[in-house]
Amino acid sequence: MNTSDSEEDSYNERSALVQCESPTIPSYNQDHDMSLPQETDTKRRRPVSSGLDEPGPVERERASTPDGEEEELTLKYGAKHVIMLFIPVTLCMVVVVATIKSVSFYTEKTSQRLIYTPFEEDPNSVGQRLLNSILNTMVMISVIVVMTIILVVLYKYRCYKFIHGWLILSSLMLLFWFSFMYLGEVFKTYNVAMDYPTLVMIIWNFGVVGMICIHWKGPLRLQQAYLIVISALMALIFIKYLPEWSAWVILGAISIYDLIAVLCPKGPLRMLVETAQERNEPIFPALIYSSAMVWMVGMADSSNPDSGELHFTTDERQRNEGGALAQEGVESEDDAAQGGRRRYSAEEDLEEDRGVKLGLGDFIFYSVLVGKAATTGGDWNTTLACFVAILIGLCLTLLLLAIFKKALPALPISITFGLVFYFSTDNLVRPFMDSLAAHQYYI
Amino acid sequence: MTLAVFFGCAFIAFGPAFALFVFTVAKDPLRVIILIAGAFFWLLSLLLSSLVWFIAIKASNSQDLTLQRGLLMFGVFFSVLLQEVFRFAYYRLLRKATEGLAAISDDDGSAISVRQMAYVAGLGFGIMSGAFSMINILSDSLGPGTVGIFGDSQYYFITAALMTLALTLLHTFWGVLFFEGCEKSCWWVIAAVVSLHLLVAGLSLLNPLYEGSLPPVYVITLLMGVWAFFSSGGSLHSLNALCTRFTKMFIRSS
Repeated sequence: MNTSDSEEDSYNERSALVQCESPTIPSYNQDHDMSLPQETDTKRRRPVSSGLDEPGPVERERASTPDGEEEELTLKYGAKHVIMLFIPVTLCMVVVVATIKSVSFYTEKTSQRLIYTPFEEDPNSVGQRLLNSILNTMVMISVIVVMTIILVVLYKYRCYKFIHGWLILSSLMLLFWFSFMYLGEVFKTYNVAMDYPTLVMIIWNFGVVGMICIHWKGPLRLQQAYLIVISALMALIFIKYLPEWSAWVILGAISIYDLIAVLCPKGPLRMLVETAQERNEPIFPALIYSSAMVWMVGMADSSNPDSGELHFTTDERQRNEGGALAQEGVESEDDAAQGGRRRYSAEEDLEEDRGVKLGLGDFIFYSVLVGKAATTGGDWNTTLACFVAILIGLCLTLLLLAIFKKALPALPISITFGLVFYFSTDNLVRPFMDSLAAHQYYI
Repeated sequence: MTLAVFFGCAFIAFGPAFALFVFTVAKDPLRVIILIAGAFFWLLSLLLSSLVWFIAIKASNSQDLTLQRGLLMFGVFFSVLLQEVFRFAYYRLLRKATEGLAAISDDDGSAISVRQMAYVAGLGFGIMSGAFSMINILSDSLGPGTVGIFGDSQYYFITAALMTLALTLLHTFWGVLFFEGCEKSCWWVIAAVVSLHLLVAGLSLLNPLYEGSLPPVYVITLLMGVWAFFSSGGSLHSLNALCTRFTKMFIRSS
């Protein structure tokens, strides 16, 4: 028995599921697994009766709808899903930019650096600076590669508890420590007097509700909000602690890595996706932003059939999976029960929209790019240009996903556009617009 | 200065565009995407034109102020032409997309008509153009500072906001007209749009003589609005019907 089959059954290809891959990156303290690879799941909805026991790759399940109709439905639903991703990405960027522009802490240069970027950038010599930033990038990327490989190995050997513990530890750190730092800086900026008991109460509540929402169950909007907030916090940390040039080179390098890791046959992320597909289970939804309700997964839990909207169901699935693996004996019984519920839920899911998912790493790196654009100078045009470029990149990525229907990385196109627009707007458009504004010429 | 000017100018410059966005574009995801893609195309045109201007600047003597000014004017006109070229390119892209959507749908329609796309594309161009013109000025208006301390005009912010508003609306109308002209292959409509855009840009070269730039631009905006309304299928009859419907609604509710 595999409870995640129920998830499969209700995968509705009409919803043009586009889940974008993003690499796993180490956190500030090596604890947090920021971005998670995801699979692209434009799976067809399996015919209800046959989906229960079939293992095997998605491609075999071809629904009976003709191609054209399915494609049009994909596109129709595709636009909706693009917007469902635009909004959280925009919100994350807005939070980051607003913080950067108001709280000076995140733009102050310190001599402190992350251990992942050990080489100091000397502002005096261009060649040395470039060399050091490239070295920093190599260190960072190799750390990321190693982390991803460890993750894939752990996943392959089913060490789910370890991965879970890792994720919990890192989200603990984000939700408590980083938000405490953030709140402290905001209070300093606005000169708000705050006492420790109140602060402890606020941080405690924020953190605990966050942990529950993210790792267990919670209202969809709250969970989405928490994911956006922790992505923004992580992006702010990167913006603060990555040296100037290293940040740009790292952004470029990580999109190349993303491309390689997802598309190459032996790439770690691709292996992760394929392993997950073989086992018919989704990959670590714990750190993936999900934009829509997942109705039937509540049904997968035999203990509470009416749990209604459940948005974070991984833990449940994994628990069930763990339970299932341990209880081979009651398998057939469970199967029947599951089958009944799955059928019901799959029908119900006919009308339900699956929504889209995007890895938190993508959020983070998009926000890092826009945040860094906001840091340099007081120019809002650059920030706006990067913002539009990233959104268009995301749109194009989702379009490609709808066309190719296989796992695609979300970073390369957006980051490339973002970088191109950042450098060209900063160096070419800014002087032009400034001269125009000085004379009040309008184009 | 400061907050009052900031909010005032922000609302003047972006109020109508924001209202148009909220009431006509925000509900439909496809329109939002077309809007943002339109903004992207405008941005591309700006990028290319500033590249050209930048090269010209670097190749010339930076001490010669009249030459620099002349190059800037050339930059303005070149940018206008490039914007129209990119508008045409966007039109072609949208046509391909409509054809694709129509080809794969069962009924012969697609989710969005060319006229709606024209309007949204124009709005996208307008919003981006307005944002790029106005945002830095708005952030400066938060202060501190003194307007026109070197003898320039006192009315910098408000005229900037008014001009931005006019340009945003103009881009919207031009979008509608341009696409209509392309659809019906009326090249004189396209030529009119391009020349009017050049005219408006040229009028802005008269700044800071605001009497010479703002009223004519607003007259042109009004004319464009009327033309776009009639070109996209509106008529006096439909206006009349709208008014009577509102009157009836009002009477019924009161």
